[in-house]
Amino acid sequence: MTKVSMTVNGKTVSGDVEGRTLLSGFLRDHLNLTGTHVGCDTAQCGACVVHVNGEAVKSCNMLALEADGADVGTIEGQANADGSLNVIQQAFQDHHGLQCGFCTPGMVMSAAALLKENPRPTEAEVRKYLEGNLCRCTGYHNIVKAIMAASGQDVSSIAAE
Amino acid sequence: MPKDSGIGASSKRREDVRFLTGAGNYTDDINVHGQAYVHFLRSDIAHGRIKSIDTSAAEGMPGVVKVFTGKDFEGVGGMPCGWEVTDKHGAPMQEPPHPILAQGKVRHVGDPIAAVVADSLEQARDAAEVIDLDIEELPAVMNMKAAAQDGSTLVHDDLKNNICYDWQLGETDDAKVDEVFANAAHVTTLDLVNNRLVANPMEPRVAVGEYKRGTDEYTLFTTSQNPHVIRLLMCAFVLGLPEHKVCVVAPDVGGGFGTKIFHYAEEAFCTFAAKACNRPVKWTSSRSEAFMSDAHGRDHVSKIELALDADNNFIGLRTNTYANLGAYLSTFSSSVPTWLHGTLMAGNYKTPVIQVNVKAMFTNTVPVDAYRGAGRPEATYQLERVVDKAARELGVDPIALRRQNFVTQFPYDTPVALTYDTGDYNGTMDKLEAAADLAGFAARRAQSEANGKLRGLGVNCYIEACGIAPSNIVGMLGARAGLYDAATVRVNATGSISVMVGAHSHGQGHETAFPQVVADMIGIDESMVEIVHGDTSKIPFGMGTYGSRSLAVCGSAMVKATEKVIEKAKRIAAHLLEASEADIELKDGQFSVAGTDKSVAWGDVTLTAYVPHNYPLEVEPGLEETAFYDPANFTFPAGAYACEVEVDPETGQVTIEAFTAADDFGNIVNPMIVDGQVHGGIGQGIGQALLENCAYDENGQLLSASFMDYAMPRADDVPFYGVDHSSQTPCTHNPLGVKGCGEAGAIGSPPAVVNAVLDALNSGGKAVDHIDMPVSPSRVWAAMNS
Repeated sequence: MTKVSMTVNGKTVSGDVEGRTLLSGFLRDHLNLTGTHVGCDTAQCGACVVHVNGEAVKSCNMLALEADGADVGTIEGQANADGSLNVIQQAFQDHHGLQCGFCTPGMVMSAAALLKENPRPTEAEVRKYLEGNLCRCTGYHNIVKAIMAASGQDVSSIAAE
Repeated sequence: MPKDSGIGASSKRREDVRFLTGAGNYTDDINVHGQAYVHFLRSDIAHGRIKSIDTSAAEGMPGVVKVFTGKDFEGVGGMPCGWEVTDKHGAPMQEPPHPILAQGKVRHVGDPIAAVVADSLEQARDAAEVIDLDIEELPAVMNMKAAAQDGSTLVHDDLKNNICYDWQLGETDDAKVDEVFANAAHVTTLDLVNNRLVANPMEPRVAVGEYKRGTDEYTLFTTSQNPHVIRLLMCAFVLGLPEHKVCVVAPDVGGGFGTKIFHYAEEAFCTFAAKACNRPVKWTSSRSEAFMSDAHGRDHVSKIELALDADNNFIGLRTNTYANLGAYLSTFSSSVPTWLHGTLMAGNYKTPVIQVNVKAMFTNTVPVDAYRGAGRPEATYQLERVVDKAARELGVDPIALRRQNFVTQFPYDTPVALTYDTGDYNGTMDKLEAAADLAGFAARRAQSEANGKLRGLGVNCYIEACGIAPSNIVGMLGARAGLYDAATVRVNATGSISVMVGAHSHGQGHETAFPQVVADMIGIDESMVEIVHGDTSKIPFGMGTYGSRSLAVCGSAMVKATEKVIEKAKRIAAHLLEASEADIELKDGQFSVAGTDKSVAWGDVTLTAYVPHNYPLEVEPGLEETAFYDPANFTFPAGAYACEVEVDPETGQVTIEAFTAADDFGNIVNPMIVDGQVHGGIGQGIGQALLENCAYDENGQLLSASFMDYAMPRADDVPFYGVDHSSQTPCTHNPLGVKGCGEAGAIGSPPAVVNAVLDALNSGGKAVDHIDMPVSPSRVWAAMNS
């Protein structure tokens, strides 16, 4: 066991982990931050995306020890200070960008990273950026729409609700 | 004006808030104090005889609690099949045992052989590594047609052959069918494969078993679409436990698509092992495990023949299908290629003579069962492909050929056992033609051609039988269960309402849509109504969510229970208002006496029900009602879909340029949610048509066992979809007039995509009449250059 310390959603945390413990496992099992989901074992699905030092990272593809000293953000830290949904989260609800909710934390975290580097992405840019995030429920329609809406673009001409 | 609340409003989903903030409660988020973890050692060969299993080294590994093998389950029942199909000679299907852990033989890659329970998952995995297996490898039974031949290697040694059943529906007189085809002016024949798929909900399956010695009670937390079905099957047929001592909880479930209907060995194992180990036992599937243990879908090999007269009327249809059931019978597997597939072969057409033949085969593959649409996509794909091929052969417009043969009079008795109660297929096609701007296709094709691309249009119809199902009918057809559903409406003293439902929400938004109905009936705010689901200790015995049945069946039970509540509340209101019960009206949450200004509010009546001081003596206190609803018929959603593709003639790459759906779902409670369901179904249908394929090699090795190898549709594989559900013929036999919308997209879209690709190739001068799914660039390129 090795001691690991990091900042998660603004709080300093630490724990004893095995060398093989993944960051996703540390968040879920040690910190009980179960909003970060694990949907595959080949770093394909993106349900586990978190922010590490401001970058979107698949937390199933990073050892907890690699995140020692890092600043980590998870879905639990995304809402506004008063607890209300942030702009991206609100857009997902407004545009029905989620169904079962399992991929949703990763989608929201990826969307936040996208809008940080590209504040007004085109439809094609959103779709390209989401290549690492699988959703089986929505057919992506409302996810793409929600992210474009969150960027301040008018999505009213996009078909359907 | 769109409504802003109640039936017909696009109310925003209340469940979203917890999912968007990481506060969902999925099964893997549940950890029971003191729990141990199980890792299953699974077969890495497709077929073999177990000669010995030595677990002694594993038992001595750090942290190991207990190691289980098939021997530990010799006195326990196997996994049951819930539907007995009778073959065309009147014999019951062959039904082999399906043990929790392999006994005697392993029959597919992924078949569980041993289970290691340890203090940590890592310790369980480490210990499984040192289990010493001696398995004699046997030839794998993989090809369905070869497996049907006499002398084939047997998947199950105790069965007479690998054919589960040889089934027929429709015209039983072969000579009559032959005569129709002999007299036809034109016959179109098509051989095709409906590719094997893996449902892949994003949440892998999880089970946590807990046993309380003090009260002899069990709890199973599991990723299920139907917790009561799991409890019944596990208690009555597998473990022999009394149901009142077992609670099954399916909390937030991350997608199902059919694959979480079934009762799985891992659920029974964790429940059994919790007592055997005297500790809670948790299993979390990895995605790799999911690929080799979740029931797969589709996998039909079919020949379909369509006979037309000289005026292009459909006069006969004959199909011969081999349906893969895999190595064991999953819970509802046997019903999929038969009563959920053969019955839909009439489609939207008035073909008078239909004969459906299905041989269901055991092979050394993962069991196959219902996946979104379940049999209906397989039927629709055959039919809508052969109709398009016929149109091409005859040189007629494929839409006109369809319109000419549409059923237009309702109710309509098909030759394959169904009665369509209502529909308007021409009206739906009209909506599609407008919504998809089919008139503008020629110009879009010209533009694509100017860019060096081939453009194709595929248009097709679908019909499905949903809202399953009338219990008396399915009972006659072999179902070993009723298919009603149930709801309890519990009105609290201050007027808020808890509705306990048998349906389970795992993405469908019941927590939002169901309250819209109850609130609308009473005239109160939706926020006063809460849905409780997923816990057998809280909900009445309902059959769960699948087959687009939740609103049509469970929703109807909820309406019936709410009607009982309103009827009783009116009696109380009549007493308070000193009026006749017959004169009481309920509107906007106020009970009033007709023709007067006397009224009493909903909350005053509900409070009176629980504080019955001034109260009618003949009425029981309290306000809580339960209703069970057994539908009179299936519901029949139907629609027309249009897909436009571009094909790059240099590479064979297909891109979906436009996809439009026009559906008739009857009445709609929440249009936003309905659109979302259609989007998701189309996404999965495009996945089947272009990308997804569960592939085995000839030795039974699963080649596509991860998201690296199994091509799930991603955001840049699909376009924005156009969805129109303004064509509405309400269901005639349920109180809401709803039909169900969950599966339509996955049923209607694959033939549209493939027909569009073929149209593109033919427009480019390539006389290609068939490509099997997935229509990959290599297959398209090969077809163009053959």
